[in-house]
Amino acid sequence: MSAELQFRDPQLARELAATLARLVDEIGRKVAVMHVCGSHEQAIAKFGLRSLFPKNLDVIMGPGCPVCVTDTPEVDEGVVLAHQGVRIATFGDMLKVPGTVQSLADAQASGGKLEIVYSPKQAVDLARNTNDEVVFFATGFETTAVATAAVVLDNPPPNFSVLSAHKYIPPVMEIVAEMPESRIEGFLAAGHAATITGWAVFEPFVERHGVPVVVAGFEPIDILAGLVELVQRVRDQKPRVVNMFPRCVTREGNRAAQEQLWRVFRPLGGRWRGIAHVPNGNLRLRDEFAHVDARRRFTIDLPSLWDYAPPQLARQCICGDIMAGIRNPRDCRLFNKECVPENPIGACMVSSEGTCKIWHLYGGVPDLAEVSA
Amino acid sequence: MCLGVPGKVIEVDGWTAIVDFWGVRKQVLLNIVDEPVAPGDYILNHVGFAIRRIPPESVAETLALYESLLNDDVDDLMAADIRGEVKGTT
Repeated sequence: MSAELQFRDPQLARELAATLARLVDEIGRKVAVMHVCGSHEQAIAKFGLRSLFPKNLDVIMGPGCPVCVTDTPEVDEGVVLAHQGVRIATFGDMLKVPGTVQSLADAQASGGKLEIVYSPKQAVDLARNTNDEVVFFATGFETTAVATAAVVLDNPPPNFSVLSAHKYIPPVMEIVAEMPESRIEGFLAAGHAATITGWAVFEPFVERHGVPVVVAGFEPIDILAGLVELVQRVRDQKPRVVNMFPRCVTREGNRAAQEQLWRVFRPLGGRWRGIAHVPNGNLRLRDEFAHVDARRRFTIDLPSLWDYAPPQLARQCICGDIMAGIRNPRDCRLFNKECVPENPIGACMVSSEGTCKIWHLYGGVPDLAEVSA
Repeated sequence: MCLGVPGKVIEVDGWTAIVDFWGVRKQVLLNIVDEPVAPGDYILNHVGFAIRRIPPESVAETLALYESLLNDDVDDLMAADIRGEVKGTT
């Protein structure tokens, strides 16, 4: 791919980077902002954007990887169900995510039935073509949860149910903003999640915390422009929500999708792996859909797994601190040593949206300036 | 995973559309799309569902962005996620 294609307007990219540097200089101290989207981190790494960021600006990837924040007991539920003889259908990224004792891939290796799907619809189709119980192990943020809601509402066959590990982004931003160690002064929100929720969903957050939120797209220019807007708001201490991705995101978002999302799911507090208990952060099926809820349809004997101690190395994993923006992969003694994509110790090395996997793939050094220096 | 991928609607039959993604024709469901969709429109697909009808004035810009992200590098996580989205269709 040519440089021309990577930056369709290299001149504009340079100007934005210069503006960003000037703004951070004017603030005169270190500034940390957070994005909550694996696709943003992929673009930042792929295009070497960190080499354009000023030294005093930390752009941290927060809990923007749904696979990474799927909690260990949630993986355990899938593993136990697989051992109980149901057919688990899930996204490919979930397979190697470590549970307490086994990952889903381990469960498959020891005889569990596992199918990789790319859509909840494919899980339903699978159920239509078998007599087995099919459980869709559903992960993803609101963008993906709306698709699960749609299949639940579309009269799925009686042998289909959902094990929901869906998560809702706005509440976790509150948690990160409230962490005592948090240095985060602004958030870059993900364009496509906001396509569903609309940008107004962030307004109460901005009011409560006085921290600006900028909705940005995925192109290098989109990200740079989003950061300029964000840092400007930090400098001027004028927090509000700014939508820099109007070609995809409106104030109200996709009402039809929201209506189906909240008809099927209700927000419930629960743990996000490595981060914290997040009030209203989990999406669980409402009582009307108990018949489609794997947690209510099956007795899932979790304690049978928890007699085991977690593996030694997993205790050294700092995924949680990385997702909270307190440390980065290079602070982890396992990163690129014991923990690699082929044999991940922590969830952040599993998913294509995990910070550790992205950094591993792009050389383990996110700032190209450091390589050439 | 939260990345939507644009495609051109070829046919609509109830809640199902046939959508063209760079020459590959797939089925996409219309249960949750924000606006009515007709042949010739472009939609953003996520896990087999249209999550947005792309406004006509934004189509060219959106397609150019994705074409610049897609390439043949098998190790490219972003391109892999985009191809994964197309696999979410049937």
